[in-house]
Amino acid sequence: MIAGLLDMASWGLVLAGSLVILVGTLGLLRLPDLFTRLHGTGMTDTMGAGLLVLGMLLQTTDWLIAVKLVLILVFLAITSPTTSHALASAALYGGLTPWRLSDRKDEP
Amino acid sequence: MREKPILRVATKLLVPFILLFALYVQFHGDFGPGGGFQAGVIFASGFILYALVFGLDFARDALPAAVRRVGMSCGVLIYAGVGVAGMLTGGRYLDYSVLAADRLAGQHIGIFLVELGVGLCVFTALTTIFFVFAGRNRDLGPGD
Repeated sequence: MIAGLLDMASWGLVLAGSLVILVGTLGLLRLPDLFTRLHGTGMTDTMGAGLLVLGMLLQTTDWLIAVKLVLILVFLAITSPTTSHALASAALYGGLTPWRLSDRKDEP
Repeated sequence: MREKPILRVATKLLVPFILLFALYVQFHGDFGPGGGFQAGVIFASGFILYALVFGLDFARDALPAAVRRVGMSCGVLIYAGVGVAGMLTGGRYLDYSVLAADRLAGQHIGIFLVELGVGLCVFTALTTIFFVFAGRNRDLGPGD
């Protein structure tokens, strides 16, 4: 009973994580410039990977693996937003102007 | 200290763990993926991240040129010394089996020391290359 519930919760988390990452990838492909793309992927990467790791956490019975997964979660939560921030500041510093609605070209 | 607070805090959080992971890769290389070269690269990447965020001068203070030079030479010396020690104790060059009374123990000691030499040499050489490249447009410190 408990094992089945855990399995269902784990599946739900992994599927939700995959969906979030799918949305982020769509944003990377479809959005117009670096800042909007970074906005799409940077946020969903942390959330999606976090959900995936939580889902995997429910599958394991080994303490060592659980601790490693939690460490991965913590470091992803620190590094992923930091790299997005660094990339965006570097682009701004390099003189890239953010995209505006008036820049929109009509799609063929 | 006013600039880039997010990067500074994240770097301060991460650098110790990068160095710890490098040591894990170094000393776990006997049993799993890893080894001296990879450990040296990861250890150097910790210092390179520090230099990128906090500036070259602080990184040079943390790892002076004299230490890097001694590290580079010591790495090669340890590697070659283990080989010569094998010759002196009755084997061929880099023959680990004769380093201890037990064959397996000798091989364990030999590979451990050789990997230590490789790691030390790679770490100091990579940081030196990065520091010299990054400081190419300014007056170099003594010994660089």
